[in-house]
Amino acid sequence: MKSKALAYPYIIWMIIFTVIPILLIVHYSFTVTTGNVTSFTLDNLARFFDPLYVNILRRSIVLAAQATGICLLLGYPVSYILAQKEFRDRNILLFLFVVPMWMNFLIRTYAWLTILGTNGVLNSVLTFFGLPPMQLLFNDGAVLLGLVYTFLPFMILPIYVSIQKIDQSLIEGAQDLGANGFNVFRRIILPLSLPGVVSGLTMVFMPAVATFVVSNLLGGGQFILIGNLIEQQFLLVGNWNFGSALALILMVLIVLCNVLLSFLNKETKEEAI
Amino acid sequence: MRLRKTYLALILMFLYAPIFILMLQSFNASRTMGAWGGFSLHWYAALFQDRNIAQALYNTVTIGLLSATIAAVIGTLAAVGINNMRKGAKKIVLGLSSIPVANPDIVTGVSLLILYLSVFRLVGAGRLGYMTLLLAHIAFNIPYVILSVLPRFKHMNKHLYEAALDLGASPRYAFLKVVVPQLMPGIVTGWVLAFTLSVDDFMVSFFTTGAGVSNLSLIIFSMARTGVNPMINALSTLMFVFVMVLLFIINMRDSIKLKKLGG
Repeated sequence: MKSKALAYPYIIWMIIFTVIPILLIVHYSFTVTTGNVTSFTLDNLARFFDPLYVNILRRSIVLAAQATGICLLLGYPVSYILAQKEFRDRNILLFLFVVPMWMNFLIRTYAWLTILGTNGVLNSVLTFFGLPPMQLLFNDGAVLLGLVYTFLPFMILPIYVSIQKIDQSLIEGAQDLGANGFNVFRRIILPLSLPGVVSGLTMVFMPAVATFVVSNLLGGGQFILIGNLIEQQFLLVGNWNFGSALALILMVLIVLCNVLLSFLNKETKEEAI
Repeated sequence: MRLRKTYLALILMFLYAPIFILMLQSFNASRTMGAWGGFSLHWYAALFQDRNIAQALYNTVTIGLLSATIAAVIGTLAAVGINNMRKGAKKIVLGLSSIPVANPDIVTGVSLLILYLSVFRLVGAGRLGYMTLLLAHIAFNIPYVILSVLPRFKHMNKHLYEAALDLGASPRYAFLKVVVPQLMPGIVTGWVLAFTLSVDDFMVSFFTTGAGVSNLSLIIFSMARTGVNPMINALSTLMFVFVMVLLFIINMRDSIKLKKLGG
């Protein structure tokens, strides 16, 4: 019980499966191998600054940000309504909103394929009314829809938890002092729910920016986000050096986001107190 | 109140309509999604005869069980060890442990791919497959077990362990009989989390498996890539029903427990 030694098997495991792989990524990012000679280079990282690749990253960030924004707009009211104390059947409703989180996310993405596809449900409805079928898949809108659909529950849950935790007497106090519903929301509920909003933003934006499944299935083979680019470099092109450089850039981006969001979280907490 | 309920209903429709359409289509005799060709269990029959899907199901379940169990053992021991570390060492180990949690799955996937292929090159043997998949799943599962078990130490009474030793228990016996039972709720949470993550994982599996070894996520992806496939509808329906039943049982059990406690 006193012994730290119990952690040693894990520490060895962690060095092999976490530390060394990350070091390998860094190693490949900064080297190039010609023949048998491996030498240091910044070319892999420099190559990323080709407008072609910068645009792919920008597109990934914009799409993920849009998806996150839409999830927040759709999800916040859901959390707010669910957290109302007078709501009966709240637990059942919450359960219904959480269940999709437990579904395999490939199935959730695939479901839209059956709806939006050329022979899909929507096009069959169009044909039924004598309208020409439309190309609904393989565009920004389809990918955005897929992202919102996949990640919406991850926005609802943390915001719900933070609203639900708000001390009811604060709200009653504000009401006693003459605040109307809107002011109670703006001055009390909104600021106190911000930590939940921040973790919701993290839980949606981070996986959305690195996705390649949604873009691959709903965006088609030509639709390239940073995740698709990394996959191609490793599995199609076989360029580990450039692929590693891209993975490194993505990692740095995520770390920066995390730092920014935890900073935001601290700010909002201090303000709330 | 009516406005609020309408809003919730609309969002629920958005969340569930695609799944229900998928389920409906799984009973459609016609291959075309929009046209109803009559009720049929044809796709379910095809599903159960498909060897690849049976194999993928087997891989998903065995890797889920094995990786969650191994991760629970290594992770619990690690949590006990970490709990006894000095502050600095603790911080470093926990920081490194959070890397697979914080990193995008795709980075975890490709970094393990590089590791495996580098080792194979070094040794001159080995190939991607079931073993590499299992090791990858254990690797991303352990941190979740540690994070579930560590908070339990706050509720633990240290003196019980010392008392057991004073009464003549060997350290190992005292550990198994006194410490582990107190950590059990955390271990169970960690195991369930690990199992779920393993079953649901696509990204890491995608990069760490080799030719011929698939799990359900991988097989859905490769089938969906070539377009809509009615067998996936049937498979999805079964998986959805399974998850619903499982969640229902867990919820029922919790509410029964609450009632027993008089809550």
